[in-house]
Amino acid sequence: MASVIEETPRESDGVLARLVRPVRWYHLVIALVLLVFPFVSTGFWTVQIAAQTFILGTIALSLMLLAGYGGMVSLSQLTIAGLAGYMVAVFGGASGGLGMFWPPIVAIPLAILIATAFATLVGALSVRTEGIYTIMITLAVGMAFYFFVLQNREIFNAFNGFAGLRPPPVLGINWRQPEYFYFLSLTVAAFGYFLVLYLSRAPFGLALQAVRDNPRRMRALGFNIQAHRIAAHALAGFIAALGGVLMVWLNTQISPGSVGLGPLISILIIAILGGILHPIGPFIGALIFVLLDNFAMQLIGGDRFNTVIGLMFLLIVLFSPDGVLGLWKMARERLKASKKPSADW
Amino acid sequence: MSAAVHALELQGVSRSFGALKALMDINMKVGPGERRAVLGANGAGKTTLFNAITGDFPPTAGRIRYFGEDITGLPAHERIRRGLRRTYQSSQLFHGLTVLENLFLAVRGVSRARFSFRRPGRNDPAMEAAEEMMDTVRMSHLAHTSVSELAHGQQRQLEIGMALAGAPRFILFDEPAAGLSSAERTELVAMLRNLPEHIGYIIIEHDLDVALRVVSYCTIMHNGAIFKEGRPDEIEQDPEVQRIYLGSGHG
Repeated sequence: MASVIEETPRESDGVLARLVRPVRWYHLVIALVLLVFPFVSTGFWTVQIAAQTFILGTIALSLMLLAGYGGMVSLSQLTIAGLAGYMVAVFGGASGGLGMFWPPIVAIPLAILIATAFATLVGALSVRTEGIYTIMITLAVGMAFYFFVLQNREIFNAFNGFAGLRPPPVLGINWRQPEYFYFLSLTVAAFGYFLVLYLSRAPFGLALQAVRDNPRRMRALGFNIQAHRIAAHALAGFIAALGGVLMVWLNTQISPGSVGLGPLISILIIAILGGILHPIGPFIGALIFVLLDNFAMQLIGGDRFNTVIGLMFLLIVLFSPDGVLGLWKMARERLKASKKPSADW
Repeated sequence: MSAAVHALELQGVSRSFGALKALMDINMKVGPGERRAVLGANGAGKTTLFNAITGDFPPTAGRIRYFGEDITGLPAHERIRRGLRRTYQSSQLFHGLTVLENLFLAVRGVSRARFSFRRPGRNDPAMEAAEEMMDTVRMSHLAHTSVSELAHGQQRQLEIGMALAGAPRFILFDEPAAGLSSAERTELVAMLRNLPEHIGYIIIEHDLDVALRVVSYCTIMHNGAIFKEGRPDEIEQDPEVQRIYLGSGHG
């Protein structure tokens, strides 16, 4: 496992050296592929596959932060994302509901702020519980939100929700164009990924993982474990809210169905499918999920998606509790072991 | 601070769990820098005594003073911040983190900068203190090893390092030699003897070859109460203590 010191650059090094040190050749290949991809693929692949992967991956990343580092499995991360999406619609002037018609520069940050505040509240409510009880509380929050938006016409426009939601033109750019939307989603996803990666080795991230491993000892060391857990919920809520805003622009609509039980569970499946112990896992899980979502229909028939994803989920957790990342790690260790010279002469 | 102030002073400390009286009217005074063993059979109340002192299970009656301050009502983390440390019978470490990260958190926990989003640099005081502590417990070569990959003896070593991190004034060692090899026990004795003089401690230890070599005074507990007190040589020679706790063949 990487440690603080391994990843901490020497003070005497230049800024460039400190930035470049952790970069490997395959990072450059991935970066190149990501940069070139929208120019060599169709609009469908750029938006429906790639951008959707980034967005779902970002929302699942927020769950990875909570569950992987904090040991808190929250089922309300999509609810937080959905709230941000709803708030963009409500404040940004979608027809129906409250319809505030505020400028995007106010509406979008306010939407993210409200969703983050809500996540903090959910965190404050759930951090006193452990394990299955955290799952149940966050599921209850998710379901309460679903039924609230389903029945509330004044703010959330009830079962109709909001439609025709598009990213506002900024700097004269139409962000709905596939390439632009792709890079917008990629930027947000990369921001979330590197933020989580950085924090994982910062005192906050280390403390969060230590709270996961042994809360009693952390308390005895002088740490306020509830404060760390609530802060993790706030941070994860912020990341989920960023994904939620993009999600509403991707789908151009949001309705109670977007925040129902199915999508809530999907985020959990994505995170576990990819691997919940490293920030790249949710993006791998999201890619598998999106590919299956789009192509399972062509392979085995229209209504078999849930069967396929369920089987895939079962197979992966059966062989690797840490998802695809765990499989990759196992394969690498076997390869290493097979390359080692035998001790027997 | 006056000379009469004790590092630890227990007055009539009792702890009950329902009908079970785990500690009964414990009175004990330990001077600054004093090293003492608390001995007794399993179930005598030794670890409960530690839990009462650290605040893990506060006493149901009595007062505890730490360097003159009444800490009876203080939460565990406030006691830690005053320099009171403990180790646990079974290692209480962070298995997903490395040796250095465990020690770093132990140092950081008692500093003011506990909550920080900024990664520590090489010159970070807490990081430097953690590295020094690794040297003290001879684990520098394992700095980046995950705790889950450490052997039992190494985990016990790290447990002691965690207790020593961040300027302790008084430490409670709960069976530090449990599960250690003979060589590791010798190292443990040397390390305890080499602790700075101002650091006092109480050690619970079943291995008397370890316990009696690193303390100047012993307290024997029986059924939640203090049964006898004396210097290690007195305790070793005491026929009653030998018969009940140490086994008549000891010595």
